[in-house]
This record gives sequence, structure tokens and C-alpha cells, in this order.
Amino acid sequence: MVVEIRHLAKAYQRGDQIVPVLTDITLDIAAGDYVALMGPSGSGKSTLLNLIAGIDKPDSGSLCVGGVDIVTLDEADLAAWRARNVGFIFQFYNLMPVLTAFENVELPLLLTDLGARERREHVHAALAMVGLSDRLEHYPSELSGGQQQRVAIARAIITDPTILVADEPTGDLDRASAEDVLNLIDRLNRELGKTIIMVTHDPHAAAKARSIRQLDKGELAG
Amino acid sequence: MKIPVSYTFRNLWARRWTTLLTAGGMALVVFVFAAVLMLEEGLRKTLVDTGSYDNVVMIRRSAQTEVQSLIDRTQAALLESQPTVALGADGARMVSKEIVVLVNLNKRDSGRPTNVMVRGVGTATLTLRPQVKIVEGRMFRPGASEIIAGRSAADRFKGAGIGEMLWFGQREWRVVGVFDAERSGFDSEIWGDADQLMQAFRRPVYSAVVAKLGDSARFDEFKRAVESDQRLTVEAKRETQFYADQSEVLAGFIKYLGLTLSVIFSIGAVIGAMITMYASVAARTAEIGTLRALGFPRSSVLAAFMLEAALLGVTGGCVGLFFASFMQLFTISTMNWQSFSELAFSFTLTPAIVLKTLAFALTMGVMGGFLPAVRASRLKIVDALRAV
Amino acid sequence: MYHLKMIFRNALRHRLRTALTVLGIVVAIVAFGLLRTVVDAWYAGAEAASKSRLVSRNAISLVFPLPLAYAGKIRQIDGVKAVSHANWFGGVYITEKNFFPQFAVHAPTYFDLYPEFVVPPAQLRDFQRDRKGAIVGRRLADTYGFKVGDSVSLRGTIFPGNWEFVVRGIYDGADNKTDVSQFFFQWEYLNEVARKVAPRRVNSVGVYVIGLSAADRAAEVAANVDTTFKNSLAETLTETEQAFQLGFVSMTEAIVVAIRIVSYLIIFIIMVVMANTMAMTVRERMSEYATLKALGFGGGHLATLIFGEAFVIAGLGAVCGIVLTYPLADRFGKATGTLFPEFRVHDETVWLQLACAALIAVVAALLPCWRATRVRIVDGLRNIG
Repeated sequence: MVVEIRHLAKAYQRGDQIVPVLTDITLDIAAGDYVALMGPSGSGKSTLLNLIAGIDKPDSGSLCVGGVDIVTLDEADLAAWRARNVGFIFQFYNLMPVLTAFENVELPLLLTDLGARERREHVHAALAMVGLSDRLEHYPSELSGGQQQRVAIARAIITDPTILVADEPTGDLDRASAEDVLNLIDRLNRELGKTIIMVTHDPHAAAKARSIRQLDKGELAG
Repeated sequence: MKIPVSYTFRNLWARRWTTLLTAGGMALVVFVFAAVLMLEEGLRKTLVDTGSYDNVVMIRRSAQTEVQSLIDRTQAALLESQPTVALGADGARMVSKEIVVLVNLNKRDSGRPTNVMVRGVGTATLTLRPQVKIVEGRMFRPGASEIIAGRSAADRFKGAGIGEMLWFGQREWRVVGVFDAERSGFDSEIWGDADQLMQAFRRPVYSAVVAKLGDSARFDEFKRAVESDQRLTVEAKRETQFYADQSEVLAGFIKYLGLTLSVIFSIGAVIGAMITMYASVAARTAEIGTLRALGFPRSSVLAAFMLEAALLGVTGGCVGLFFASFMQLFTISTMNWQSFSELAFSFTLTPAIVLKTLAFALTMGVMGGFLPAVRASRLKIVDALRAV
Repeated sequence: MYHLKMIFRNALRHRLRTALTVLGIVVAIVAFGLLRTVVDAWYAGAEAASKSRLVSRNAISLVFPLPLAYAGKIRQIDGVKAVSHANWFGGVYITEKNFFPQFAVHAPTYFDLYPEFVVPPAQLRDFQRDRKGAIVGRRLADTYGFKVGDSVSLRGTIFPGNWEFVVRGIYDGADNKTDVSQFFFQWEYLNEVARKVAPRRVNSVGVYVIGLSAADRAAEVAANVDTTFKNSLAETLTETEQAFQLGFVSMTEAIVVAIRIVSYLIIFIIMVVMANTMAMTVRERMSEYATLKALGFGGGHLATLIFGEAFVIAGLGAVCGIVLTYPLADRFGKATGTLFPEFRVHDETVWLQLACAALIAVVAALLPCWRATRVRIVDGLRNIG
């Protein structure tokens, strides 16, 4: 099991009210799984994804990713852990507007010890894989939505992370681009054996996944 | 810092106008700061350069300036005969017995009158003051109603140019020469024959006696001898010290005023930088969240924004310094309160001032950027990502 | 009134930003006010000076004296009502930092020529009877704690030695412009001591003060005095007291000009800061302005909102700044002691402060307002900030 979650709970403070978002989540995800998390708005699916990705801390429970209980890590260790183990794909791509496609993809490698030449090789490889080798020097504003998302995907896989997390990856794309991106993610899972956890409310996107888990009012169904 | 420096540079460029305006505000503050430092330095240079370390100035005890001091001929002779005084090439003692008065002259540009120092000197004066050189015309002839004017005085006062005439002491005095005193205080003075001036003003007493020491190290001995002699009522100071003391009040005023102004102005600039940096952080909240999600530590985010603020400061600093350097073309002339006479000095730029100014600019930027950078580094990742 | 509500709420949206901007304006307004007050104080002596009194001094410079014998001749000139004389003493009270003007004056006549120096008659009489008597201004009395009957010791510079005086009277000003920081003692006493320690300076007068029979004859009488002594050993230069005082100020003109320039510079700096702030703010809210336009609000409404916000912020800063100027000026005045004859904030300064704040607001809002009114609705709506 790549991801082992036991009795995870998370609540948010809104004013002086405490709103529970996740209650007693227990979940296993195996290596090479491609899981879609679905549920209505407010069901906590994004929160669950954030916790698995290590960008938020649960109130209680244990969360082991790749054998490490990330709940016990402090801020600095968690950051370093993320750099090595998590690849992010966001709904709005979240590329740095002032960096070129090449530089955006290179970004995670700056947290490693690789030299400039090695980094360059990795970036070329990643961009080739997503089919954007001819757009290296373009800025995000010069790319279409679909292209930007593919750059983001290249960035997500460049460090060969343990898991890939995607939050509504096709939410801002037109039909055709969405199809391209989903196919790409699918290839990552089938050809490279990447473990993928995707949050989506688009049933078409969810259909591409190997398994679907439903969240409702902070609890996993089934 | 793991975030590339180009990220910071390009972000400043992406919000060009804001960057320019903020740096512009800082540049103005830096300009004032540098100008004040340059003015202080100019004043110091003018006054300290007036006079040599080996010369001793003697004025009457308790008088604060030459103009207030009276030394009669007997005392002057006693001072001249002190053993520690140097002997010139011709065997004569290197002493200049001088009379100093203030004369009201009209400025060339405004036509308004101001006090100018007129110094009656002895023939030995040019040897005592090697930094003074006649650059136009010639030295006055002893016994004649002739005067020479310092460069600044000749430029700024009506009738003080070469060939022109001045009227005071019921006589006309012809300006037969202009001298250059290397931008020291003497440049603002007019010199004539001491005996002629004493006659014209009916003041048969000297104001000061200036002597060159044979051995500069024996100053203390000289001072003691002269100040403890019952027949003398004088005070002795090294010439450099004497002129430095003369400008104490003015220099202090400039320093105090300048410092106060710089502090006040810098508050304005720091506030400007803060507002800009907070806005910068707010506009890039999603990016910050992304960088943190990717694994960049808080310290990197802090460093990136601190660098951005520092760059704003340095840019403002360079621009301000650039414009301030043009102040070197200007001269300020004002009345020195202590000597009550007009003094001209200019803005002087030194490497030390350049460094101080850049450090000041950098500090302003860093101070302005600190709190916003801290805020950026402490953003919660999930909140930041939500703010697209 | 809906405008006003929106303006205030908008200003409070970014509390930190608004607070910082207001703070910046407060600092600039206060600095401007203080600097102008310094300039006003510089000219205060000249402002208070009389146009109907003349001052006559040696034409060469103040450094040279006039003979005592001139007094009689001046009195006989047509148009002259009264004559007195005074010498600048320039002594030191304890340390050089405690600067205040000290004059040796002709006791019988001097105070008649200065009706604005109000001295209780009994004190004036005591002063005139005591050789070593002194009359001090109210400001001196307050600053250094001088009381009638106190001994005051001054260290002479032009006239060497330690001089002892007894305070016999304290004068107040007829109005708040009068310089009440001066120290007067008997000219006769100065002359007497000079015989022993500075024989060259005996029977020498620094300046003659001349009272006119008719104020509009000032120029004529001044010319007459100078003509009387032309070609004598000590030629005179006679001018109105105000011209005389202004002469001093003009000698340090460069500094005054510099301070004036600097005071406007700080306003300019804050203008730049505020312009930047408004520009950023409007840019961030572009979609809102586009929305308003889509709803049918015209350029005038947008202008009201943007200018309104700028004026609210600048106004707040100006009011706080003006209120703070007074106590700070007070502190500064006390810190400089008796260096300036008076140090108070003139009404004109306050008006200028308000005007500057208004200018800042207008300049800051101008370009952003133009941008907002010109934006195409579709472009603005697309702008997510």
C-alpha cells in the first residue's frame, strides 16, 4: 500500500464555529492505483486530497504515504517530503507567469542536488513526454489552457514522485483539451505505473480512472 | 534561497509601473540623503582644507573669531619672536600678522549685501599658505591700495573681479589679482596689505597672528609658552583646528537638519515600499501557495520577497545617487554664523558617501519588505491555493 | 449618499494598506508643517520689525562702530523725533548653546523708541538707576528662570571678562509677534568697563536707532542721515529696521531656500506613494468598475468613487497631521530654546497643509480614474485581478 489512511479527521474554524469537513476516513491506495474521488460540493474531497498531498494537517488519525507517517513531520521536513514524493496537477495549472515552460518544469528540480546539465536533460524528457518540446521558451500567457496543463503535468512528474495528485485537472478546459489531458494522465498510469489520486466532479473524467470513491458529508461511501 | 533570482527580477519587471513609482519615491529620499551628506562633506572639506596642520593661529583669549580679536603690535612682536617659529629661506620668521574685518559687499546675482572677510596680510603669507596660488594677475604691492580676491569672492561679489574696484575705508582699492585656495575658506576672502588696511580702517591693531612651526611636534610646547606668558593674552590653536571650530555650529546644524529630514523622508519611502510589497504578495498568493506545495521551504519564499524589496531599494538608491551626483555642479554660499562672514562651499561626493547612501537605500527597501515577506512565508498553503 | 457609503467601505477593505497610506500622509503633512514653521521662524524677527524706526550703522559693515558724537548731529536732522543707541554684546551665558541676543542700550532713551516692549514703569526706573541693571524678555525669564533681583553672569567675547548683571525688569511683548527673548543692559556700564579692558572700543556705538516724526518719511530721513556723514571717517548706512533685519536673513538665504525646496519635496514623495497605491487599488478592482459600468453607472459615478476614496484617505491624513503639527512644533521650539525669537505655527501653514493634501489626492486619483472610466466593459470583466 502506497497510501494508508486510518481514522483521519479534519475540521475548519469559521468565525467562532467549528465545521467538521472529514470524519473518520479510513482508506488504502495501492501502488499503481488510479483513484477518482467524487462527491458534491462541500463533501471534503479536496480536503482529503490536500491532506494526502501534505499541504494540510489533519486534526487526528494517521496518514502514511510511501511508508512515512506524514502527520508526524514538521513544516520543514514536510516541505522536503513533498518535493520528493508528490506531483501536483491543479485546476488552474498554477504555473509561474514570469517563468517559461522550461523554467516552470525545472522548478521542482531546483530542490534537488542535480546540476544544470542534468536538470536540462530531465526537463527535455518530461516536455517530450507531454508533447511540448517545441514550446520550451514560451511563457504561460502564450500557451492555450490545454498546453498550460500539459506543462503542469510535466512539472508534476519530473521528480518521479511517489504519488500524483490532481484537483479538478480538466475543470477549466474545453472538451478537446480535457480529452488530451485525461489521456495523458491515463498513459502516466498505464505506461509509467504512476499512482494517481484525482478529485473531480466530472463523471466523464472519473470514468477514465480505475476506481471511484464517493465522499459525502465528510465520509467515504463504500 | 532555492527560488531562482530571475523569478524575482522578472516579477519586478512584470509590474513595471509600480516598481518604477516605488523606486522613484525611494530615489527622491536617497537624493536628499546623499545631498546632505555631500553638503556636510563639502563644508568639512572647505573648512578643514583652510589652513595647515603645521601653522598655529593666535587670537585674543575669549574671542571666538578673528573679527572679535584684537592683538596689539607689542604682543604681535612677542609672538613673532618665539623660538619655535620656523625661519624662512630668507632668514625671516614665517609669521603673518593679520587684520581681519568684515565689509559689506553686494552679491552679483541678487544685488543684496552680505558680509565678506577682508584680510590684511603680511608678505610671508603665501609661504605660510602654500595651497594658495595666484591664478590671474599678480600679488598686491605692499604700500599700494591694491587687493587680491579669492576665486569665489571674485565670482560672487560686485567689484571683486580682476581689474575692478572696491570702495571701503575711504579709499578705492583695485583688484590686481585672483587667487585659488583649492576650494577652502580663503576662496571667499579678499586679501590686501595689512598695514594699508590698518591705516584705512584706523585700526592700529592686528586681529590674529599666524605662525609656521619649525617642528610641528612642538606645538604643545609652543601653546604652553604663549598661553602662560603674563605679557600675552592669547589663545593658540593649530590652523586646521581653528577653522574646524569655526564651522562647528554650521556643520552641526546641517548634520542635525539633514539627519532629521532623512529619517522623516525615509519613513515615507518605507511606507511606499511596504504598500507595494504587500500588494505584490497579495497578487501572487496563488503562486506562493504553489511554490510551497512543490516543496519550497518558507525560508525560500521569505528570501525571494526580501530580495525583491532589496532590489527596489537598490534601484531607488542608484537613481537617487545618480541625480545627486549632479549637485556637485552647484555651490552654496551662506553666512557662517560663527565668523559672521559669507562662506562658499560645494557638494562633494566621496566613495564613502556612495557606500553609505546605497546602504541606506538597501535598508529602506529591506525594512519596507520585511513584514510583507514574513506574511508571504507564513501563508497557509491551502488558503493560498484557494485564492486564484 | 450611496456613494459615500461605498467610498468609506472601499477604503476600509484593505485596512492595512489604507492605514499605511494615511500614516505616510500624516508624516508628510507634519514634516511640511514643521519645515514651513522653521522658515517662518527664520523670518520672524524681520516680520515683527518696524517700518517706522530706522537703524543706522557703519557703512563698511557692522563690525565697525560709529562715534558717540554722532548722536547729537542725528537728533538735529529734520524728521528725526528721537535717537537712541545700542551695541551688540555677544556674550555667552554658561555655554554657547544658550544663545540669545544681548545689547548694551542707552537706558534713558531706548525703551521710548520701542513701545512694543512693555515694561512696568517701576521696573524701568530700577533698571535706569542701576548701573549693572538688566531688563530681560519674558521668554528668557521662562527659559532660564530669571526673576527680578537675580544675578546673571555673562562671559564676554568682544568685550572680554566676566560681566555681572542684576535683573531689574522683565518685558513682555505688546503682541505675540514681538521678540521677547532679548537681554538689555546699560550702555554706560559697557563704556565704563571698556575704558579699562578695551580702550579701543570706548565711545563707540554699534547702531543708532532713530524714531521718525512721520512714518512715511523713512526713506527721506534715511538718505539725509547718510548724506550728513558722507565723506567723514565713519560713513553711515541707514535703513528701516525691517530692511536691516531682512539683511541678516538674506545672508543665510541659501539655507532657507534649501529648506523650502525640501518641504515641497516630501509632499512630492508622498504624492508618488499615494499615486502608486491608488493605481494598484484601482487595477485590482477593475472588474468591479466594469460591472458598475455594465449596470449603467457612467464615468462620473466612477470618478466620484475613486476621487472620493483618495480624498477620504488624504483628508484623514491631513487632519491627523495638522493636529499633530502643533504639539511637535511646540516641542521643537522648546528644544531650540531661544535660538528663534518665536516658533509658532502660522495659520497660513495650516491652509497650505490642507491644500497639499488635496493636491496629493487629486494627483493620485487622476490616472487611475481615467483608466477606470475608459476601460471596455468586456475587458474589465475578464480581468480577474
